[in-house]
Amino acid sequence: MNSHFDASVDLNLRHAKRSTQLKELAIKSVLIASSLVAILTTIGIVLSLSFEAFRFFGKIPFFDFLFGLDWSPQTAIRSDQVGSSGAFGVVPLLTGTMLISFIAMVVATPLGLYSAVYLAEYAKPKTRNWVKPMLELLAGIPTVVYGFFAALVVAPIIRSMGSGVGFEISSESAMAAGLVMGIMLIPFISSLSDDVINAVPQALRDASYGMGATQAETITKVVLPAATPGIMGSLLLAISRAIGETMIVVMAAGLAAKLSLNPFEAVTTMTVQIVTLLTGDQEFDSAKTLAAFAIALYLLVLTLGLNIIALKIVDNYKKKYA
Amino acid sequence: MRDLTLNTSAQMQKRHRKETRFKWYGRIAILLSLAFLVFMFAAILLRGMSAFQQTKIGLDISFNEQVIDPAGTRDPGDMARANYKPLISAGLAEVFPEVTERREKNQLYKLISNGGMFELGQMVVENPELIGTKQTIWLSASSEADLFMKGKIDAKVEEELRRFKDRDIAWFNTLKDQGKIKKKFNTTFFKSGDSREPEMAGILGAAFGSFFSLLVCFVISFPLGILTAVYLEEFAKKNRITDLIEVNINNLAAVPSIVFGLLGLSIFLNFFNLPRSTPLVGGIVLALMTLPTIIIASRSILRSVPQNIRDAALGLGASKTQTTFHHVVPLAMPGMLTGTILGMARALGETAPLLMIGMVAFIVDIPKGITDVATSLPVQIFLWADSPEKGFVERTSAAIIVLLVFLVLMNLFAVYLRRRMERRW
Repeated sequence: MNSHFDASVDLNLRHAKRSTQLKELAIKSVLIASSLVAILTTIGIVLSLSFEAFRFFGKIPFFDFLFGLDWSPQTAIRSDQVGSSGAFGVVPLLTGTMLISFIAMVVATPLGLYSAVYLAEYAKPKTRNWVKPMLELLAGIPTVVYGFFAALVVAPIIRSMGSGVGFEISSESAMAAGLVMGIMLIPFISSLSDDVINAVPQALRDASYGMGATQAETITKVVLPAATPGIMGSLLLAISRAIGETMIVVMAAGLAAKLSLNPFEAVTTMTVQIVTLLTGDQEFDSAKTLAAFAIALYLLVLTLGLNIIALKIVDNYKKKYA
Repeated sequence: MRDLTLNTSAQMQKRHRKETRFKWYGRIAILLSLAFLVFMFAAILLRGMSAFQQTKIGLDISFNEQVIDPAGTRDPGDMARANYKPLISAGLAEVFPEVTERREKNQLYKLISNGGMFELGQMVVENPELIGTKQTIWLSASSEADLFMKGKIDAKVEEELRRFKDRDIAWFNTLKDQGKIKKKFNTTFFKSGDSREPEMAGILGAAFGSFFSLLVCFVISFPLGILTAVYLEEFAKKNRITDLIEVNINNLAAVPSIVFGLLGLSIFLNFFNLPRSTPLVGGIVLALMTLPTIIIASRSILRSVPQNIRDAALGLGASKTQTTFHHVVPLAMPGMLTGTILGMARALGETAPLLMIGMVAFIVDIPKGITDVATSLPVQIFLWADSPEKGFVERTSAAIIVLLVFLVLMNLFAVYLRRRMERRW
């Protein structure tokens, strides 16, 4: 007798279920679509960079770019002059980038590591709670501020110190940019190393204390060796940051593309050249503007490579003690 | 007791000294890092504070109707466009009747900022009653006079080496002795756009540019970031595609910011032909850049929502999406908002990508929308830092102070949100 009623309820239920299912499906598609934006961004970056870079390599041979020792793109726009092709060797830019990154790491590694060790092993929770955010403040300051500081305060100090000992130092130098960049990198190293040191199992420390080692001995002989892979990862991440950093070097390092390892000379970096090539008037077909994309592609390969290796190392390390 | 037994041998003493030394290395490293932070803030504050004051010169100006509005129409446009220079010259001549030669007069006039005429015009437009009266008006001093007033030009330096000559100093001191020089709060700095004259330059245009860029950035990155995080945490099955998205997001967070600028240049400007130098494109680029940060932060918040909330909702018959959007997401919202604000604070300080999409230009007008040509605060800092005019040094530092204040405010707001709304599970 209720068969008619049952059927209608059944139909209603089925209808409701269907519409809910549709809604769920719609929502799920929106979710998937939004997570694809991140993938699209990556594809966009890779495609746009390689597309322009390939056009560049149509004009300038790939190996001339990769191994050329001369960088003087300015001549390329005056087509009537001798040497009109310009020189697009990326090696001087690479050495400049590496020189500044090296100086930065020389500053940041000891400061960052010792800070991390102290915070992880010695500091009282109270000290740690206010020192750690203070250090991380260094990473939150916009890089344009560091650049201004490097150019206006640090560079003149280095220069006057140089002339104090009778040593000519140009007003833009790898030293000023590198020092200030090193300070910026401290929290990158200290935060990650701190995590890594904390992840070393307490049992290792206890065993060492049990053998009569002091705390410093335990740290240098047991904890740090155990944490080495993780620390390496954090250093690599910091290097990748240093290579891609733009504003500090634009404001403090200079434009001279010299193949030099003298830290007191003005050097130029890959990021500086991208900025100079693309911020003037630009015609989009000249080798000069396209070169910026080739440099950027190189930069992307370098930083991503370092990053992937670093993440892999840290990941493996975490698994080891997890 | 313990010390007595331990320190008996010379070797033990050596080991303990080593221990103390090692501890001090850590302390010194932290102190050095923090000292640098303090040094940088102090250096910028010291240089920048003076820019919040501007030297003003008081002159008796007679607002001659013949000069300002000969037709008597009181048309604001005409009154603003009138040539106020003779009025200022007359005001100066009253104080310095002995200066009669043309070249000297021109030199004297340079004590007053080039913008002085516009200041007068502005006053007359706002208050036409002034016409026909004589008032003491405080006009902005020129950058050189301003720097001298603030003690940033050393009178002992050889005259050829400074732009503020001995004669200028004598005139300036005469005015000062008559009480016609004052330092006032620098409203121009907060109320106007960029200018070639340091004393007329302000940060309002750049601040609006930053605001519009961040607005676009928020509108795009907040929903996208949260939806992606929700998908990856709540819906995605663990498979190769999910893995790919995850790896991709982690790596995107490490791409140098300048590369995002190149992406904006070649895709949004050259391919989609969006307007160059606008907050619209700037905001899109910043959004793509902050997206990974927001996703990573939001995911860790979602992960911290306890499983039993999901189980309870599902047990009562809620569907997966209902469970997620009615229960899990609202609980995670304050945390996700905190993460977003921190991401936006980062975006506010970004400079390099904006240089690539042409937001680096001399722009006097204050942008009114997301499609107006604009710069941003950090780009303005970069432009001023590059300027040869000495008067811009203190203004650059002042702009940095303003930028840092905004950053601190955003961070404090994030901390407040976290303290106020976050639940402990």
